Amino acid sequence: MSKLFEETRSLKAPVWGVIPRAAWPLVVAIAIGALIYFGVSPLVGGFVSKVMLIVGINIVLAVSLNIVNGYTGQFSMGHAGFMAVGGYVAAGIVYYGSIKLWGSADPAGGILSIVQEGPKSGPLLGKGDFLFVISCLIGGLVAAGAGYVVGLPSLRLRGDYLAIVTLGFGEIVRVILQGSHDQIQPWKAADAAAMPVYELAWKLGGPKGFNLVPTYTTLFWVYFWAVLTCIAAYRLKSSSSGRAFLSIREDEVAAQAMGVDLTKYKVRAFVFSSFFAGVAGGLYALDIGAISAGDLNFIKSFDIIIMVVLGGLGSISGAVLAAVILSILPEALRDFQSYRLIVYALLLIVIMIVRPQGLFGVREVWDLKIFKRRGGGLGGSAGGAP
Amino acid sequence: MTQFLQTLFDGLTVGSLYALIALGYTMVYGILKFINFAHSDVFALGVWMTIVWSKWLGLGQPGAAPTPWYMGALVLVLAMASCGLVGFVIERVAYKPLRSAPRLNVLITAIGVSLLLQNTGQLKFVFGPYPKPIPSLIDSTELFSMMGVSVRMADVAVIGTAAALMIAMQWLIFGTKLGAAMRAVSFNTRNASLMGINVDLVISFTFVVGSMLAAAAGFLYAMKYEGQAKQTADSMWVMLGLKAFVAAVVGGIGNVRGAVIGGLLIGLIEFFGVSYLSSHYRDAYVFAILILVLLLRPEGVLGKATVEKV
Repeated sequence: MSKLFEETRSLKAPVWGVIPRAAWPLVVAIAIGALIYFGVSPLVGGFVSKVMLIVGINIVLAVSLNIVNGYTGQFSMGHAGFMAVGGYVAAGIVYYGSIKLWGSADPAGGILSIVQEGPKSGPLLGKGDFLFVISCLIGGLVAAGAGYVVGLPSLRLRGDYLAIVTLGFGEIVRVILQGSHDQIQPWKAADAAAMPVYELAWKLGGPKGFNLVPTYTTLFWVYFWAVLTCIAAYRLKSSSSGRAFLSIREDEVAAQAMGVDLTKYKVRAFVFSSFFAGVAGGLYALDIGAISAGDLNFIKSFDIIIMVVLGGLGSISGAVLAAVILSILPEALRDFQSYRLIVYALLLIVIMIVRPQGLFGVREVWDLKIFKRRGGGLGGSAGGAP
Repeated sequence: MTQFLQTLFDGLTVGSLYALIALGYTMVYGILKFINFAHSDVFALGVWMTIVWSKWLGLGQPGAAPTPWYMGALVLVLAMASCGLVGFVIERVAYKPLRSAPRLNVLITAIGVSLLLQNTGQLKFVFGPYPKPIPSLIDSTELFSMMGVSVRMADVAVIGTAAALMIAMQWLIFGTKLGAAMRAVSFNTRNASLMGINVDLVISFTFVVGSMLAAAAGFLYAMKYEGQAKQTADSMWVMLGLKAFVAAVVGGIGNVRGAVIGGLLIGLIEFFGVSYLSSHYRDAYVFAILILVLLLRPEGVLGKATVEKV
């Protein structure tokens, strides 16, 4: 109860006006991204930077899945499917876009997207960076559209249907993408440049995967999106939609009685979540420079689910923390690989029996008692909301 | 015409496998109101148990004598017994502590159990990560050919065993006292326990029966696809389980007769889609049907529409 009370309080009229309110997340995201890219990355070296990149992408995935599985209490199991949709769209746009616009599929980014280590020179943003940002956005939007199409029929019904439909969706996306036509290789760029866009759109490599895509994803872009995702998720949680999500999760019948349109809000949560999954897919594809639908199977979806469940269904900082831990763990323990999924599975079962709300539940790290001067009580959490 | 009849026959054979798996889904859903995600893995375990037991008994190995029918039946019984035991343990250890927990938690646990089964099976000292060939327990030559449709002994055994098991289920649920208890628990768990029904026992029994049916489906699958090499953790198992779940939803989840009808229907749709449209999208047809059913008749073919009461 105190949580809801506190969130209502943060709803008072905006002090700053609309434009700064919309702009500061971007500023913060750019600042944190730049800090990590220029400040932290050269200090820690190549391997740790690579792990940090994986951590960042997993943060975007876990926090976005948390919107559906955590806030709304529905259960999506096709997050990797939306990731694949976004990834393929982004990779296709960057690859064929580069060929169409400047005739070759080589990276054409500025300082912010030089993947190699060492001193960087050149303009801050290259022409390729704009294509990259736009491709991630479009990838996210297409994934969100897919989320709408999948969610609308299944979310009209009880929650568990969504689990099955999304699991099936993930597999279908895989099957369909593996049925796409052969990719036009970079050395045949002239052929591709002469082809109309609608023909190129389906030449996504089929079962061999979509390869040799120019790479743009650096720590800057990953953490730029990770911070944006977290801020969006945090604002969503305390918005009126967010409270509708939380009410659906607590009790659908009661929420409906209070005038919450169940299907509308469930689909809304699902669309938001799919959007960020699509963006993460774009980041993932343009980090490796290749994407293969076979890799983004339901095991990948399970990986993201366990992050959300471990961190706490509904907790953003919990999801971030779980994403960090569970991304570093396999890297730290090489021999752990063959036991990784067994440990994850046991972890899921044990968490559900011992602590079903996850590490943090709906609360955030800064809501914990150790971070407060005065613990407990109704008014005790007043300092929580920024 | 021949193609039509052959497709019909193949669809019914595979459909009866789906129906057997769907029965397990639908029974558990009817009683506990959750999707037992681990069910598809119990089915896969059934296939593996068939492989393991046949190897142990020295049946169906390359160069061995043809397997007499009673030894095949023994393998079936052993596979069913071992999967029944696994089903019992799963229910007692993982699901029983969550009897009063929200449905989402039980669903997550079920996913955990499913992952656990898949990945434990992959360990070197269990079944191993490498594909193993399915033993040929049955004579795979053509039995007879009618109007161009080739009928193998394996197909006859699959349809015959599946039909016998389904009739047995019908008798169990609608003709015995235990079946009446199962229906009572499914109707209203609390009232059933007030009437002196041992709810825990009934739930355990349901899991055991469902797992045994899945094991039987696994055994029949092994007979139909004998000689092929299969991996322990393959998305194929999950896909087969999912199709069976779709069958349960299409027939009306919680409805035992619906599961059978749904299973046959899904088998037919899949095979007609493959044979007349395109074989590449065989998994997509089933899910297209699922979405259509969810949109048009969410309670399924035989299901009754229910209103959730507070």
